[in-house]
Amino acid sequence: MSYKMHILVCGGTGCRASASQHIMTRLEECLRDKNLEDEVQVIATGCFGFCEKGPIVKVMPDNTFYVQVKPEDAEEIVAEHIIKGRKVERLLYKDPERKAPVSDSKHMEFYKKQLRIALRNCGFINPENIDEYIARDGYSALAKCLTEMTPEEVIAEVKLSGLRGRGGAGFPTGTKWEFASKYKADQKYVVCNADEGDPGAFMDRSIMEGDPHSIVEAMAICGYSIGATKGLVYIRAEYPLAIHRLQVAIGQAKEYGLLGERIFGTDFCFDIEIRYGAGAFVCGEETALIHSMEGKRGEPTMKPPFPAESGYLNRPTNVNNVETFANIPVIITKGANWFNKIGTERSKGTKVFALAGKINNVGLIEVPMGTTLREVIYEIGGGIKNGKKFKAVQTGGPSGGCLTEKHLDVPIDFDNLVASGSMMGSGGMIVMDEDDCMVSVAKFYLDFTVEESCGKCTPCRVGNKRLHELLDKITEGKGTMEDLETLRNLSQVIKDTALCGLGQTSPNPVLSTLNNFYEEYVAHIRDHKCPAGKCKALLSFHIDPELCIGCGLCARNCPVDAIVGERKSPHFIDTGKCIKCGTCLEKCKFKAISTR
Amino acid sequence: MSENVTLKIDNREVSVPKGTTVLEAARGMGIDIPTLCYMNLEDLCVKNAPASCRLCVVEVKGRRNLAPSCATRCENGMEVRTNTMRVLNARRTVMELILSDHPSDCLVCAKSGNCELQAAAIKLGIREIPFQGARSEYRVDLSPSIRRDMSKCVYCRRCETMCNEVQSVGALGAANRGFGAIVSPAFDLDLKDTECTFCGQCVAVCPVGALTEIDHTERLLRDLAAPGKTVIVQTAPAVRAALGEEFGLEPGTSVTGKMVAALRRLGFAKVFDTDFAADLTIMEEGTELLGRLNAFLGGDKEVKLPIITSCCPGWVNFYEKQFPDLLEYPSTARSPQQMFGSVAKTYWAEKMGIRREDLVVVSVMPCVAKKFECEREEFKTDGDPDVNYSITTRELAALIKRANIDFPQLPDEDFDAPLGESTGAGVIFGASGGVMEAALRTAYELQTGRTLDSVDFKQVRGMEGLKEATIEVNGVEVRVAVAHTLGNARRLMEALRAGECPYHAIEVMACPGGCIGGGGQPLHHGDSRRLKARAEALYAEDSGKRLRKSHENPYIIALYEEFMGKPMSEKAHHLLHTCYFNRGKEFVEQ
Repeated sequence: MSYKMHILVCGGTGCRASASQHIMTRLEECLRDKNLEDEVQVIATGCFGFCEKGPIVKVMPDNTFYVQVKPEDAEEIVAEHIIKGRKVERLLYKDPERKAPVSDSKHMEFYKKQLRIALRNCGFINPENIDEYIARDGYSALAKCLTEMTPEEVIAEVKLSGLRGRGGAGFPTGTKWEFASKYKADQKYVVCNADEGDPGAFMDRSIMEGDPHSIVEAMAICGYSIGATKGLVYIRAEYPLAIHRLQVAIGQAKEYGLLGERIFGTDFCFDIEIRYGAGAFVCGEETALIHSMEGKRGEPTMKPPFPAESGYLNRPTNVNNVETFANIPVIITKGANWFNKIGTERSKGTKVFALAGKINNVGLIEVPMGTTLREVIYEIGGGIKNGKKFKAVQTGGPSGGCLTEKHLDVPIDFDNLVASGSMMGSGGMIVMDEDDCMVSVAKFYLDFTVEESCGKCTPCRVGNKRLHELLDKITEGKGTMEDLETLRNLSQVIKDTALCGLGQTSPNPVLSTLNNFYEEYVAHIRDHKCPAGKCKALLSFHIDPELCIGCGLCARNCPVDAIVGERKSPHFIDTGKCIKCGTCLEKCKFKAISTR
Repeated sequence: MSENVTLKIDNREVSVPKGTTVLEAARGMGIDIPTLCYMNLEDLCVKNAPASCRLCVVEVKGRRNLAPSCATRCENGMEVRTNTMRVLNARRTVMELILSDHPSDCLVCAKSGNCELQAAAIKLGIREIPFQGARSEYRVDLSPSIRRDMSKCVYCRRCETMCNEVQSVGALGAANRGFGAIVSPAFDLDLKDTECTFCGQCVAVCPVGALTEIDHTERLLRDLAAPGKTVIVQTAPAVRAALGEEFGLEPGTSVTGKMVAALRRLGFAKVFDTDFAADLTIMEEGTELLGRLNAFLGGDKEVKLPIITSCCPGWVNFYEKQFPDLLEYPSTARSPQQMFGSVAKTYWAEKMGIRREDLVVVSVMPCVAKKFECEREEFKTDGDPDVNYSITTRELAALIKRANIDFPQLPDEDFDAPLGESTGAGVIFGASGGVMEAALRTAYELQTGRTLDSVDFKQVRGMEGLKEATIEVNGVEVRVAVAHTLGNARRLMEALRAGECPYHAIEVMACPGGCIGGGGQPLHHGDSRRLKARAEALYAEDSGKRLRKSHENPYIIALYEEFMGKPMSEKAHHLLHTCYFNRGKEFVEQ
C-alpha cells in the first residue's frame, strides 16, 4: 500500500511525556473520520531533537514542521493541512528574530548548523519498522562488509575514518577493534555500552529509540571484524522505550536473517542479547559494566588487562558506546574518506550533544567537530533564556568542567575541550547564566559523584565526600581561605590516584570553577556573600524604609515573627531570627524587601 | 622459559621475571612501599590485590596518573619513581582521607600495636588530619567467635577475598555504594545467622580492628581468681609454634616449655595438652577408618567412604551448612578439644575427686571457631560445657603480658600428667596433613601388625592446597587426600557429591596451612614464610619426640584400660563421638 502523505509524530521519551501518543491516536481517528486512513499514514518516529518545542509533528512530503502540538490540534491539521493543503500557521515555529513562521526545519536556526550523521534516521523513520531502515540504506553496510571486505579491511576503514569513542574518553575506535581482533579465543564478545548516565544526557537513548537498527547493524559489523559471534547490549532498565525498540529491532533483524546463522549467506553468525543495568553511573565504565553483566558487583577493576584481552567471562571483549556504533554503518557505506573530511584534525565526524539549562532551545543536537561553543549556544541554542547573561557551560557531565566566556570561540573537539579544562564526555552540555552560583554548581556535581561512586578506592570513596563537605562549608559561609588550598590539593590527588575514570574526573567541576570563578569562592569566604544570590545561608533580607508603607502584611506572614514595626511606619527584619524562607519577599506588594 | 623484563625503579636498574608487579620488584630491591589492602600469601594461592586503597601509588614515566604498584606489572624500559614529592603528597593525602573516616581510638583498640593502618600512618608521618566530616558508623555485631565493628573498616576487602575466593563460604560481601560501601553479610544479617563457619580467616587478615575474636581474657582472669574453682588448661598443637612471635621471637621458634611455664604462672591448676587428646582422636578415628575400610573390602556396598576428618570446627560448620546431604561421611570422632574436655570432666575429675561444677576447663586454640564449638549443645552435660571456653593464641599472649611475665626469660617446663603426655603424632595435628599422617602411622600398624620403617609420610605435608597420596596397606592401595582452606575442601566435596571422589580418607583443615594459619594465631600480616616456619617447628618437635605414634602413648593406653575400654566402645561412643546436624536447611527456609 502506498501512502500519499505521512504524518511523523515524535515518539521520543520527551514528546511522549507531553502526550504525543494521544496526538497520534487523535490524528488516526480524524483521518478515519475523513476516510483518509489509506492515503495518509501516521508514524511514530524517534527524537527530532528540538525538545524545547515538543511535541513535534512533521507532515511529509512537504516537510512542514509543527511545534508544541496538542492532541486537540489533530483535527485542524487533518482538516486544514491534509485535506485543504493549508498549513496550520499557529502551529508553525516562529523565528524569534524575524517573528515570522518557519515551516521547513532546515530554515530554522536550530537546525541550520547541524549535521546529522549519528542521528540520521531519528525523526525520519519509524524505528519499529525494519523496512524503513533498509529503505535508507540500512544493512547495506553489513552486506558490504560481509561480502566485499575482509575483517582487516573493515578495521582499516574504521581506523582511517578517525572515529573516536563517543562515550567520553575518545579512544580511537578502529584501534580498539584491532586490539580485540588480535586476541585468540573460543568466544569473543561485542558489547554496546548503553548505560548513559550523565545528568541531563539523552543522546544514546534517543539513538536507540529513534534508530535501533543502526546499533544492531554496527554491532554485527564489529563482530565480523573482531571475530565475535555474540553481542550484548548493556542498557539501563529505566530506558523502557529504548529497550522495547531494541528488542523489536533484534527480532526483526533475526526474522530477516540479518542476525543469526549464516548472515547474507556467508559463514558469519551473530546474535545479540540485551542485559539490563540497575542504573549505577559507574557501570558506564567498561570494566564495571562487564562485572555487572557477569552478575558481580558493578565496580571497576584495574586495566590492564583491557577488555580486549580479558573482558566478559574473561574473553576478549570490545565495548563501544551507542553513538560510536551509530556512526559505523555510514562510515562503511560512504567511506572513511568521506567521514574524515568532517571535523577537526584529530576529532573526525560529528558529536551529538544534549543541550540543556538556561538556554532557549533545549534539545538534542548534532554538530560537526570544530563547531564553536558560541555557535552552539547562540545560534543553535538561540541564546540564553530570558535575556540573561551567559556565565558558563558545563560539558562532559559530572566529570567535565565549566567553560566560560573566554572559551566560547574554542572549536569543540576532544583535545580542545581537555586543553580548556573540561572534556567531551558523552555529550551533556548544560548552560548557566548569571543567576547560577558556581560553588553550588560544583557542589551539585559532587553530590552526584558522591552518590554514584562505587566506593572501591579511597580517593573516590572518602575524597569526594570530603570535597563535597568542603564545598558545603563554603556555601554555608563557614569556609576559610585554607579550605581553598585543601580543595585544590585534594582535587589533584583524587585525579592522580583514583582507580577509574569516574574518580579521576570527579574533581573536574571543582577545579574548573576554582580556576575560572576563583573570586566567587573568595566572595563566599571573605565577604560571606553569594554573588549569584543562590546560597541561602549567605542571604540576608532587608526592608527599604523608603519603600515600606508599614502595611504589616510581611510581619503577619512571617512564620518566625522576625519582622517588627509600628503600623504605618517602616518595618525592619531581625536578621538573628530570620530563617530566610522568602515569604516576606513574596508577600510585599511594594517591592520594599530585598536580599543582599 | 621465564622471560625477564628490565626497568628502572628510583633510578636503579632491575631485571625481574615477566609478570612481576612493581611492588614485588621494588620490595626485592629493598624499597619498602607502604600497602594496606594488598596481601599475598605466596605458595598458598591467597592473594588480595584490588588496587583500591591507593597507598602504594608510584610515578611511572609517561603515565598521566599515579599507578598502584601492587597491580602494575613491570614492563621493559619502565621508569618508576616511588618517593617523589608528588607520590609522597598523594600517599599522605590518601592516608589522611582513610584516617578521616576512622575512629581515633587507637589507645583502646584491640589491634593497637598490631594494626597495619597504624603502622602505615606512623611510616607516613601523619601528624594531623586536615579533613573533618562524616564518619561511617555501624553497629557492633557479636557472634560466639567473631566481633565485627565495621566503624573501623578501611574497606581493603581482604576479609571478602578470604570468605569468598579462598573459603568459598560467601558470608561476607561488599554492600552499598560510595561513602556507605561496607563489607557485610547480605541484608546486614548478624554473622551468626549466615553461612559463616567462624573459620576466622577474615579476622586473620583484617589489617585493623574491624574484625577481632570474642575476647575471653577478663572472664578467664576472674575464673582464675575465683575461690573454690579448679581451672585447668589444654593447649592446641599449633599454639606452641606461633606464640613466641608475640614476644619478638623468630617465627618457627617452638616455645612449648615456656608456654607451659607461663600458663602455670598465670595460675592454672594443671597445664595439660590437647596433643594428648589428638592421640586419642587418632585411636578413635583410626579405628573408625579401619572399620569402614575393612567393611568395604569385605564387600559392604553401603559403607560410607571416604571417611573425612572432623577435628576442625570451621570445617564441621562448613559441611553442616553446605553439604548437609553428606553428613554420613565425616568421622563421628569429636575434635581433640572436645575429647579433652569430655575426658577431663569425667575420667580425670573422678580420679581427682573434683566435682564437675567446680572444674573449669579452658583451651588455648589457634582458632576462633573453637569458641563456637565450646558452645555447641551436644558438648554440654546438664548445660555445663565440657570445655567452658577457649581463648586464642593472641589472647594468651595478651594475658601473659598483662600478668607481668617476661616470656622469653621463662624456663622450659613440662606439661602435667596424665593429660599432658603426647606423641609426635599429636603434635603434627597443627599442620595441614598432620592428622592424616598421624592416622596413617597408627592405622598402618594396627592393620598390618607390622612396625613402620619410617613414620614420615611426607607426601601429605606442605602448603599445596590439595595433596594426595597412595599408601599400600596389606596389599591394598589406600588413597588419601588432604585439603586445606574450605575452597579446596569444596572441590573434594563436590566431587564426592557427584560420585567422583576416588579416596578412602580425606583430611580437611579450614585454614591456610592448617591450624598454624588459624584465625586465632599471631597475625601473619601477609607473610607466608611465617606459616611455613610454624609448620616446620611442629615437624621438628615431632621428629624429636621419643614416641611418634598415638597408639604408643602410655597414658592413652592407660585411659582405655582404666576407663574407656577400647576404641569405639560404647563409653567411647558416648564421650568421644558426636553426630552432625543439617544446618543448611534452615537457611534455605529463611
